Order: sequence, then structure tokens, then C-alpha cells
Amino acid sequence: MTQLWNFSGGIHPAEHKQLSTTRAIQAAGIPKQLVLPLQQHIGEPAEPVVAVGDHVLKGQKIADVSHGMGVPVHAPTSGVIESIGDYPVPHPSGMSDTCIVLKPDGKDEWCERYPISDYRKLDRDQVLDIIHSAGVAGMGGAGFPTYIKLKPRRDRKVDTLILNGAECEPYITADDMTMREKADEVVAGLKVMAWILRPERCVIGIEDNKPEAAAALREASQGTKIEIAIIPTKYPSGGEKQLIQVLTGMEVPSGGIPADIGVMCQNIGTAVAVARAVFEGTPLIARIVTLTGEALGKPGNFDVLLGTPVDYLLEQAGLKPDRVSRLVLGGPMMGYTLTTTTVPVIKTSNCIIAATASELPAPPPEQACIRCGQCAEVCPMELLPQQLFWHAKAAEFEKAEHLNLFDCIDCGACSYVCPSSIPLVQYYRYAKGEIRMQRAEQLKSDRARERFEARQERLEREQQGKELRRKERAKAASEAQTKKKAEAEKAAANGEAVDERAATSALVEQALARKKASTKAAQAQQAHTATPPEPAQEMPDMEVLEKQFAQAQAKLETMQAMLEDAKTQQADNVEKLERAVAKNHDRVKRAEDALAEAQSETQPTE
Amino acid sequence: MWTGIIIAVLVLLGLALVFGGLLGFASERFRVEGNPLVEQIDALLPQTQCGQCGFPGCRPYAESIANGDAINRCPPGGESTIKALADLLDVEPQPLDAEHGVEQARRVAVIREDECIGCTKCIQACPVDAILGAAKHMHTVIESECTGCDLCVEPCPVDCIDMITIEPDIRGWVWTQPKAGVIATDRQEANS
Repeated sequence: MTQLWNFSGGIHPAEHKQLSTTRAIQAAGIPKQLVLPLQQHIGEPAEPVVAVGDHVLKGQKIADVSHGMGVPVHAPTSGVIESIGDYPVPHPSGMSDTCIVLKPDGKDEWCERYPISDYRKLDRDQVLDIIHSAGVAGMGGAGFPTYIKLKPRRDRKVDTLILNGAECEPYITADDMTMREKADEVVAGLKVMAWILRPERCVIGIEDNKPEAAAALREASQGTKIEIAIIPTKYPSGGEKQLIQVLTGMEVPSGGIPADIGVMCQNIGTAVAVARAVFEGTPLIARIVTLTGEALGKPGNFDVLLGTPVDYLLEQAGLKPDRVSRLVLGGPMMGYTLTTTTVPVIKTSNCIIAATASELPAPPPEQACIRCGQCAEVCPMELLPQQLFWHAKAAEFEKAEHLNLFDCIDCGACSYVCPSSIPLVQYYRYAKGEIRMQRAEQLKSDRARERFEARQERLEREQQGKELRRKERAKAASEAQTKKKAEAEKAAANGEAVDERAATSALVEQALARKKASTKAAQAQQAHTATPPEPAQEMPDMEVLEKQFAQAQAKLETMQAMLEDAKTQQADNVEKLERAVAKNHDRVKRAEDALAEAQSETQPTE
Repeated sequence: MWTGIIIAVLVLLGLALVFGGLLGFASERFRVEGNPLVEQIDALLPQTQCGQCGFPGCRPYAESIANGDAINRCPPGGESTIKALADLLDVEPQPLDAEHGVEQARRVAVIREDECIGCTKCIQACPVDAILGAAKHMHTVIESECTGCDLCVEPCPVDCIDMITIEPDIRGWVWTQPKAGVIATDRQEANS
């Protein structure tokens, strides 16, 4: 029996899991269209490597990462690339992002696959490469690229590898059903990861409300050293930090990652994806999604191709449109409301809840905090939710940060118990977002300051250089002057010319001779080059001027048209446009003048 | 009795001299160059270097604020900068001085490249060297370095620079503050 610890806080919400565990996992089939976002993971978005109109095979790479952290995207079935563009993606903002749209041809034709029967003969880095190019990212919700997670820094030895089968959030049963039906693959994937990391201990943590899953895994892991740990059901025991605490008694340090204390946590679905990538050569193109809620006629778990639109899935699960009041992606605690059903399933989507009005009622209005302290009691991270709430509400983000706001795991236990129904976790998310934005802005302004200062320095340097050169020139000139003077004096003193007057007249004569010679030379040069190039230079000049004039006129016309438009529409930019028109009038006039001048100059010579 | 008083006076005098000397030495030895307050103020300003405050850059304005100038002349910083400055200097926050401009969403300059004649005027105007190009060759703005200061728009002889508001995208998105709830009776009405 594995020794277990406890974490502080936690809640016991109604589970609603049996809704979706009565049916076995069903294949959802191939929809008419698959929408594949280029970013289904944390890191840089992938870049398309196919063009519109290309025919792709099932499992073919359609987007890859060339730099930074990220994983490629593969075609979930064979078909034609219909378009590449912005489509709504599953995101709490409800915004769009770049997606590749694939129209399946129905043949479901596989590309060449390279299964590996004995991965132990390969290098560990080779296996990590396989996992990377199969596009495996954490399937528990965050979508962290698995190949990076499986390669901790050299000074961080992983002693304990934990497979997270707790699935503590209500409604969701995707991991539960995967463990029940695909226990062999789960164990195989875990073995691959264990071989890469070489931990001393391998544990699968399962909440005690999933006895069938535990039994299946126990059978599959017979003869191995894998421990199956049954942990008490309590939300959020499936949180990475909480599960580590329950299974090892250790706490992940604030701001740190589990690898800092020699622990790593992986998701059940990720283990299956790793097993398939290695033993079948299959990239991550499908996942198990729980479709549940009382507004569905046939709730259950579905094996869904990535990119399948939510509305197609809801249809498969027998949606009763008149009963549904709210669609939630993810669990009821940490998920978010979907505003549209056209969004696709991605690598991190684990559950879709179609809830009736009575099931997930709209939150009651927020009331004043009565300082009951229940939020602090249930907080699994032992934070001070009340203080955090006040600071977040008052926009005193520094103080909130000082109270370890960034240790909050967004579990929502505080909001769940709040008798004043304050959306506490929403306030923390808001505060975290604001702080991140401020940090990014600070970074940007620091860089701007650096560049500004560098520029000032450069300008100063240039100015100084100019000054220096000017001084040098002045010095050289004055030196030459004094030298000349000295020479003249010397000549006078030597008595070559008897009186001063003769000397000056000689100098003047010399200067005259020089001047004559130089004018002669200049005339000769002018005679050489004078006539032919001048018209040649003049002609393009005219052309340019004419072109400028035409451009200015065209611009003026468009501006006037815009002004008319704006005036008829009563837009508020009329004043600005009027200014612009005036400016353009000036410009036209200037261009005209220049043109006329140039013409009058060129005509006599011609 | 007098000796006691004299001793006490002498001792205190001696101590005063010793510490006075120490303090005098320290103030010379560890003299702080420049006004440290300027650095702190400069760190709060948005570093747009737009000159809308009437000073040639953020640092000169920071120096002026340190000398007691108004803190409400920075439109790019807006309300939040004024609040931060007020906190730092312990003065009352004032509304933004509209004479120097209004707070706007973040913008970047974009050159319509086929219209650019390569005059380098915008390059000379850019306070953060965010425009790239050479004489008689097309110029372009390094978007990540542009502070949206507007200073390149005016010098352009062919008006080929647009100031474009940065639209919020999915990667820069953050949660907004939860709306203060309506009271219960309002909600019932809304539902019925």
C-alpha cells in the first residue's frame, strides 16, 4: 500500500461522472470539415507546410515549427486543404486564430508510418525526436510540448514519475474511460517515458471514485514496478502540485516546477499518445473527449479527430437544442463558456458540457465580502483569497503579487464556496493578466529607453566629430596663413627683392598668373563637356516634375472625394480631411510652379 | 561640580566633532551623481519619446518633473502613468492635460512601401531608431521597436506613413475585470 499524504483545503462538489461512463468510447467519425489551429500548445505557433489545394494523407505533417518551442500539426484524415486563414478557436476570448481547413475525401488513407517495436535499441534523444515529430503536447489542459517536459535540465534528476489519473473535476471522464479501455496503451506509454527519464519510482495516481480504471490498470501493469495509488476523492487532487503532495509529501516550491524537487507529472492521454507515436508511428491526430450534460440524449466519451467542430460532436451525442442553456468547454470548475459551436476540438480539449439552465444556473449577483474566511480554508495552495480579492479589485497588483498571486492554480474552489458568490477566481485571472501585460509593457519601454539613449549618444558623437573636424580645418588654415606670412617676411629679410613694394608686386603678379591659368583650364573643361549633357540632365528632371504634379493632383482629387464622403456622412474627421486637402492644394501648386519654372528654363536652350 | 559639567561639555563637543567629520567625509566620499529621483520618474514614463509633453524625450520631462513640473502632460502614459507618478511623488493625481494630447490606444507606424521615395527624413525623425532604410531605397518600420510616437508622420514628404492602432489579438488577450453584479431584484426583473 502506497503511503499517502494530504493537501490542505479542497472541496467535494457533486461529481456527475456517471452521466458519461455508462457508454463505451465511441468513434465520432469523420465530419465534413476539419479545422486545425496552428497553435494547440504552449509556445510558438506552427507554420503551414502545405498550400491550399494540396492533397494530404492521414498523419501527414501539415504545419511544423522552425524555431522556438512547439510541436507540429498533422492531418487527421486524408483530404484536400481547403483554406488557410483565421477561424474561431477554442479560447476564453472567443477570438479567431490561424487555422488550416481540411476537407476530408472519405478514404481515410494513411501516409507511410514507421512503427518501432523495440525502442530500447534507440537513443533516448531519437525517441524524444519521435515524440516531438508526432506532435505530442500535454493533453491535460495546458498543452505543454511533451518532448521538452521529458528532457529536464541536466542538474534536475527525476526520481518520481507520476501519471495523473486523478481527474478530479466533475463531469469529465475522458481519462477514466481511457484507463478502463486502453490500460495497455497507458502502461506502454508510461514505460517509454520511464525508460527516457529513468526514475526510481513510477506511480499512477487514481481517485477512489474510479475503481474500474484502477482494476484495469492493475491488471495491465502486472509484473512491472508501477505502483497504482488510490487517493481519496477531493477537488483539486488532480492539480499537478496537489497530486505530487498527496503521493510524495513534497511541495513544489513557489515559482518552481516539479522537476525542481525531482518529480514529473504526465497526463493519461499523453501516455497513450506517446505509446502510439512510438509503437504505431501514429502522430497525435485524435483524442478522447467527454460529451456530457443533461441537454444531451446520448452523453458519453468519443474518440474524436482533432479539428472536429463542436457542433458535429453535439449532434452525435444527441443534443436537445431546446434544453441547452450553456455550453462549457473543459470542466465546470476551470472550463469556460463557449460562445460559438463552430470551434474545433484541439489537443487540449477534454470535455464539452451541454448544460441545462437548472444544471449550471447563471451565477447569482456578487455581494459584499462578509469575511467568513471559507475561501482561505478551501484554498489548496494555502493562499489568502480575501486579501488577493481586495487587492485585485482595487488594482493594487503589486500587493497581490506580494501575496503570491502567481501561485494560484485557478482551481476555483474559493469561488465555489463563497457565500457572497463573489467570482474570486475571475478576479485573480484578471489581476494575473494585468500584471503580465504590465511586465511586457515595462520590457518594451525599457528597450525603447535603451534605444533612445543609444541614439542620443550616437548623435552626440557625430556632433563632436563634426566639431573636431571643423576645429582641425580652422587650425590648418591658420597655420598655413602664418607660414605664408613667415615666408614672405623671410624673403623680404633675405633681400632677394630690395624693397617691400617689389616683393608685393611680384606676389600679386604670381597670383594673377595663377588665376589666368586656372580660368583657362576651366574654360577648356567647359568646352569639353558643356553642351551635350545639359539637355540630357534636364529631360528626366521634367519628367519627374510632371509625375509629381500628376501624383499631387491625383492625391488632391482622392482627398476631396473623401472629404465629400465624410461631409455627407457627418463623420468627425471632416476637420482633419479639410486640413489634408489644404495641404495637398499647396503641394499641387508647388509642383505646378516647379514645373512651369523648369519649362521656362528649358525652352530657351532648346 | 564645575569639572563635571566641563567634562560633559567637552565629551559632547568631541563626539559632535568626530561625527560631524565622519558625516562630512561620507557626504564627499559617497556623493550620489545626479538626482536619483529622475531615474525613478523616468522608469515610470512610457518611453515613447514622442515629445507631446513639450520636452525632447522622456528623460528631459522626468528631469522637469523632478524640479516640480506638472505630472499630467504625458498622453501615451495616460491615467495609469499619472497615478504612478502621483504615488511616487506623493502628490494629488490630476486629470490628463488635454493641451498636450489625449490618451489613445497603442499604435505603430507603418510605411506604405511602394510609395516611399527613400528620402530618409523619417529615419532622422525616429527617436528610437526603429526605421530601417537608406537614401533612395525603400524604408520600413521595425514594428516591435516602434513606440507609436507619431514623429515620423509629419516629415514624410509623400505622406506614406500610417499610424495603425494595434488590434488586440488572441496571444495578447487577458481576462477583464468581472463586472460588478447587478442587485438581486434587478436580475429577477431581467429574467422574467
